[in-house]
Amino acid sequence: MPRRSFYSAVIVGLNAIMGAALALPTLAYLLIPTRSRKKSDFVDAGDISQLTIGTPVEMSFQQSRIDGWRAVTEKRTAWVVKTAENKVVAYGPQCTHLGCAYHWEDASKQFVCPCHNSFFSIQGAVLTGPAPRPLDRYVTKIENNRLQVGALKPSDEAKG
Amino acid sequence: MKEKLQQFIDAVDDRTGIPSGINHFLMEEIPDSSGWHQVLGSVAMFMILVQFFTGIMLAFNYAPTPGDAYDSLRYILTEVTAGRIMRGLHHWGASMIIVIVVLHMVQVFVWGAYKKPREATWIVGVILLLLTLAYGLTGYLLAWDNRAYWGTVVATQIGATVPLAGTYVSRLLASTGDIGVVTFARFYGLHVLLLPPLTMMLIGLHVFLVRRHGVAPAPGDELKPKKKFYPEQVFKDTVAIFIAFAILFTLAIAVRVPLERMADPTDTSYIPRPEWYFLFLFQMLKVFDGPLEVVGTVILPTLAILALISAPFVDRGKMVKVRQRGLAMGIVALAGIGWGGMTYAALKSTPPQSAAAQIDFSGPVQWMGLKPAELSGVHYYRQENCGACHNVTPGGEAKAGPNLVNTGRRHDQAWMLLHFKEPQATSPGSAMTPVNLTGAQMNDLASAMAALTPDNGDLITNTPAFAADGAALYQKNFCSACHMVNGVGGKMGPALNGLAARRTEAWTKEHFVNPQKMSPGTPMQVYKFSQKEMDDMVSYLFTLPDKVSAQ
Repeated sequence: MPRRSFYSAVIVGLNAIMGAALALPTLAYLLIPTRSRKKSDFVDAGDISQLTIGTPVEMSFQQSRIDGWRAVTEKRTAWVVKTAENKVVAYGPQCTHLGCAYHWEDASKQFVCPCHNSFFSIQGAVLTGPAPRPLDRYVTKIENNRLQVGALKPSDEAKG
Repeated sequence: MKEKLQQFIDAVDDRTGIPSGINHFLMEEIPDSSGWHQVLGSVAMFMILVQFFTGIMLAFNYAPTPGDAYDSLRYILTEVTAGRIMRGLHHWGASMIIVIVVLHMVQVFVWGAYKKPREATWIVGVILLLLTLAYGLTGYLLAWDNRAYWGTVVATQIGATVPLAGTYVSRLLASTGDIGVVTFARFYGLHVLLLPPLTMMLIGLHVFLVRRHGVAPAPGDELKPKKKFYPEQVFKDTVAIFIAFAILFTLAIAVRVPLERMADPTDTSYIPRPEWYFLFLFQMLKVFDGPLEVVGTVILPTLAILALISAPFVDRGKMVKVRQRGLAMGIVALAGIGWGGMTYAALKSTPPQSAAAQIDFSGPVQWMGLKPAELSGVHYYRQENCGACHNVTPGGEAKAGPNLVNTGRRHDQAWMLLHFKEPQATSPGSAMTPVNLTGAQMNDLASAMAALTPDNGDLITNTPAFAADGAALYQKNFCSACHMVNGVGGKMGPALNGLAARRTEAWTKEHFVNPQKMSPGTPMQVYKFSQKEMDDMVSYLFTLPDKVSAQ
């Protein structure tokens, strides 16, 4: 019955077109990252001239961030290690395993995450435990002995 | 293979009954006369499903509280990929549903399909029409821009005129005093929590009743052999749905739905206007004035609804042929003419919105943050046709002169002024002709060039003409000597940011013409502007940001 199959074909075809016309914008709407408005700038985290080389210190600073339709300013911290005169590394304060807050243990000279016993060296490398990658690092620069902190990135990206 | 598939379908049918249910639905018997005129119900149902879908999608990126609602909608429109399409589909879908539902009702009425025994189907349909209007009313507020806010103020004030119940209607909608956070929460709750399940239930009932009584046959058709719903009528329904969808999709992509200034309860110059399908009610307020107001806002609409509901009981005649029902047809025609006339009169009599009120805040608005000199420079950039030889967007087409996006970083003001006067003095071999402007005008042009960055170069092209022209006029008259705009200017007169919240445009225009009358004792002098100059100046002043953002 050619007329009957023509009807069926048109019904299926038109529905497929409409389905695609709705599905494509929807996938784009839900899955494509939003156009970002601002790249995060450097913020001042404090004076580093008093830090001792080889002793990590937790420093806090205010960093602003775009959160959807809001611009929020929030307190962030970094574990800052002075590696040489006028040279520092600033680690993100969360363990790379599941995001727990780790701390520095002066006795063992290690960063210790209490949640699942991940241990990191002062260079941020994983010594033992479940952490999958070295500690994340902030992009940093030093201006007049003051630490300027930028975006937080995985260690290999931040180094390079 | 085919056998296996059939086995699988049979197995599913045994356990769920779904395949035979679908079959039963598709193989419904319909009258021989069924055809293109009966597609509208299916189209309406499809459009409502699209509304549900796009509404849910919008809700994924939307914060339902005033302030955040506006910011999140602007985020959807400017930052989320395909967000503008999603909102366009939802916005235009709402209008199209109204049209389709009304056409559906007219068709049912003209074909006499509401008559015994189909009264209940008709009444459920009338309720669905009212729900559709309720969606429009409650959804209008959710953008929380000036248009939404003031449209809702008018609508809720109409509700408040209901005798006796008016107070309670206002309390129910939390619109007794100002429209605020509670009103917003009520409207949002109605729009997304109450109305959708109610609609689904009533559509279910509506379709069930249609199936129970069968599709209404045309006169003389009752005894002819029936045909099946599938495939011919399904084909016609699908084609009609596709046409409606194509129109909707085209509207969503081609016609931009603006987002106006964020709702400002103090903006007394805003001319409120509801969505087009409520304009007739809006017009009623003008026709029935004073104590008669209630006739137009409540009594007539209530009578209309009652007339719709009681139509199948009043009109009990068996005849369904159009020619035998002159009175019924006359009433439909009269209602159509009345509605159309009222809407037309409303459109005619509502003054056009001012240029400042029409600014689309989901479009480029960087120009609003410019200082008067910079904005005035945009005017001279255009007047001198600099764009003929220069480009101001990064990576734009190559022109005779260099791209100017980075000119502000490379050169200082002195260099630019010399360059305007004697191009070859700064740029040997340049083909540029000297700029024919006064010193003050050149200063403004240099300011505009200094303000350009790779991110904002397109403000040269997207600044509205009235703003650039108004700013040039502002500079020409040395308004900055006494007034502050965007952080620049004197303090003798009041700062002009936030003027829109303090004064009306009419007041401001009168103030230019007769300062002493409007503000006795003011040191401001009289300014005689042409009509266009006055409009540009006032529109410019009314688009100034309320607060100067710290740069």
